[in-house]
Amino acid sequence: MARRVSTRRKAIMTAVAWVLALLIFFPILWTFLTSFKSEADAIASPPQFLFFQWTTENYAEVQSRSDYLHHFLNSVVISFGSTLLGLIIAIPSAWAMAFAPTKRTKDVLMWMLSTKMMPPVGALIPIFLIFRNTGLLDSRVGLVIVLTLINLPIIVWMLYTYFKEIPGEILEAARMDGASLAKEIVYVLTPMAIPGIASTLLLNVILAWNEAFWTLNLTASEAAPLTAFIASYSSPEGLFYAKLSAASTMAIAPILILGWFSQKQLVRGLTFGAVK
Amino acid sequence: MATLHTRSAARLMMAPSVLLLFIWMIVPLVTTIYFSLLNYNLLMPGEHEFIGLTNYKFFLTDPAFFDALINTLLIVVGVLLITVVGGIAFALLLNQDIFGQGIVRVLVIAPFFVMPTVAALVWKNMFMNPVNGLFAYLAKMLGLEPFDWLASAPLMSIIIIVAWQWLPFATLIMLTALQSLDEEQQEAAEMDGAGPISKFIYIILPHMARAITVVILIETIFLLSVFAEILVTTNGGPGTQSTNLTFLVYSQALLQFDIGGASAGGIVAVILANIVAIFLVRLVGKNLEA
Repeated sequence: MARRVSTRRKAIMTAVAWVLALLIFFPILWTFLTSFKSEADAIASPPQFLFFQWTTENYAEVQSRSDYLHHFLNSVVISFGSTLLGLIIAIPSAWAMAFAPTKRTKDVLMWMLSTKMMPPVGALIPIFLIFRNTGLLDSRVGLVIVLTLINLPIIVWMLYTYFKEIPGEILEAARMDGASLAKEIVYVLTPMAIPGIASTLLLNVILAWNEAFWTLNLTASEAAPLTAFIASYSSPEGLFYAKLSAASTMAIAPILILGWFSQKQLVRGLTFGAVK
Repeated sequence: MATLHTRSAARLMMAPSVLLLFIWMIVPLVTTIYFSLLNYNLLMPGEHEFIGLTNYKFFLTDPAFFDALINTLLIVVGVLLITVVGGIAFALLLNQDIFGQGIVRVLVIAPFFVMPTVAALVWKNMFMNPVNGLFAYLAKMLGLEPFDWLASAPLMSIIIIVAWQWLPFATLIMLTALQSLDEEQQEAAEMDGAGPISKFIYIILPHMARAITVVILIETIFLLSVFAEILVTTNGGPGTQSTNLTFLVYSQALLQFDIGGASAGGIVAVILANIVAIFLVRLVGKNLEA
């Protein structure tokens, strides 16, 4: 028998949950609303919530004054580039670990995870100097390399947990039916692996898009992705709330939408399959 | 059946990622150790003489180091406390039968996808600014003196901003764990007369142990290295009040160009992170086996 919940209790719980959720979401909502205000309305007291003169001029101005699209494109190239490169390197390893595990597989996985625990400042100085001397500083290529390496452990782990769920019996059945290794991979394994690869891709694009240690330290203007572009608003431009809000809205909107689609995979991916 | 053939193929397939990660770990580490033993400043060209552990001595006896160490720990512990407790509470609430559960979930998760620089600047300017921020307006409305958050309580402000970013993550994971809780077990406990509190302590909390462990592990990795939030809000100040280890090393290297000193700081940060990591990996390794 399903448990009955009284309507009154449900109404109260609903109200509490909505109020708290809106409070948490409020900074994002407020940024979104402010991006459509004039600078005067943005700092008006009392604050204008909905009834102000809506305008899109902030968006036009952010683009014309600081070439937003250039930085947006940098973000796209860096996040997708590093994720795809990471997948190419990680898929074979995760595959091997999932389908031909040895006694050491667990140790290798743990070791990979432990490389994530090395604080980035431990590597900052040599990487910065190497990049300076090789012209990789403030270049997209340089950032793609670094972000690939820092996300590689996560990519391997995520793929591993997905691959491990593909039942080995299916492979044996295919083999019994006389499928060659190549056919086995193309017709049997690939279709089963694609959902896992897709969620890994999605999550790592999100992580790379928002990465803000290396992108801030290794770029100046040319290769700066949106994280670094927004940081340039820290002062005094940040006091122009409407423009800051427009730039911020554009920087977070694409990832917010991707993120909402990936909620389910998010838990699994970020906990390395420990919580499903 | 793993044959000798597939085993060597497997090794070959694993080689690229293992090798790359090994290089990524070892080259910067060895170079940083090497630099940390030199008198090496980018502003002083010429020979970088070997000075042994002098950089370490200076770094460890610098009062800024002690402040940074404490601040690092305060950020980790503060954010963990808020997000773990808040996350459990939120998850319990969202797990109730409520109207519009899907939308509420989407709203709660959203801050996790906001990039650190945006989160920090929005909070800094539009909320915590003592003149035009919303908090100042609320304070004035209540007849209070507006509070200059980032100047008067910089570390706490940063903890609030970072906690806002990580609360959704904790909530989402706790909620996922809660949803796999056995309904019948709860009903049985209720029939045996368990109240909500003992139900929480004896059934819900043990069930969530794994989720809580995972949240602590993953958040700690990221929280030890909070950087962007500090850079765009307080720049570590006033003084060293909001400088953590990551920021201290950054400012020594890229603002003061003291490569030797900053490298020593980087190595100290690595050692401290490793102490935390050994502890955590043990804990998690045990919890993840099952």
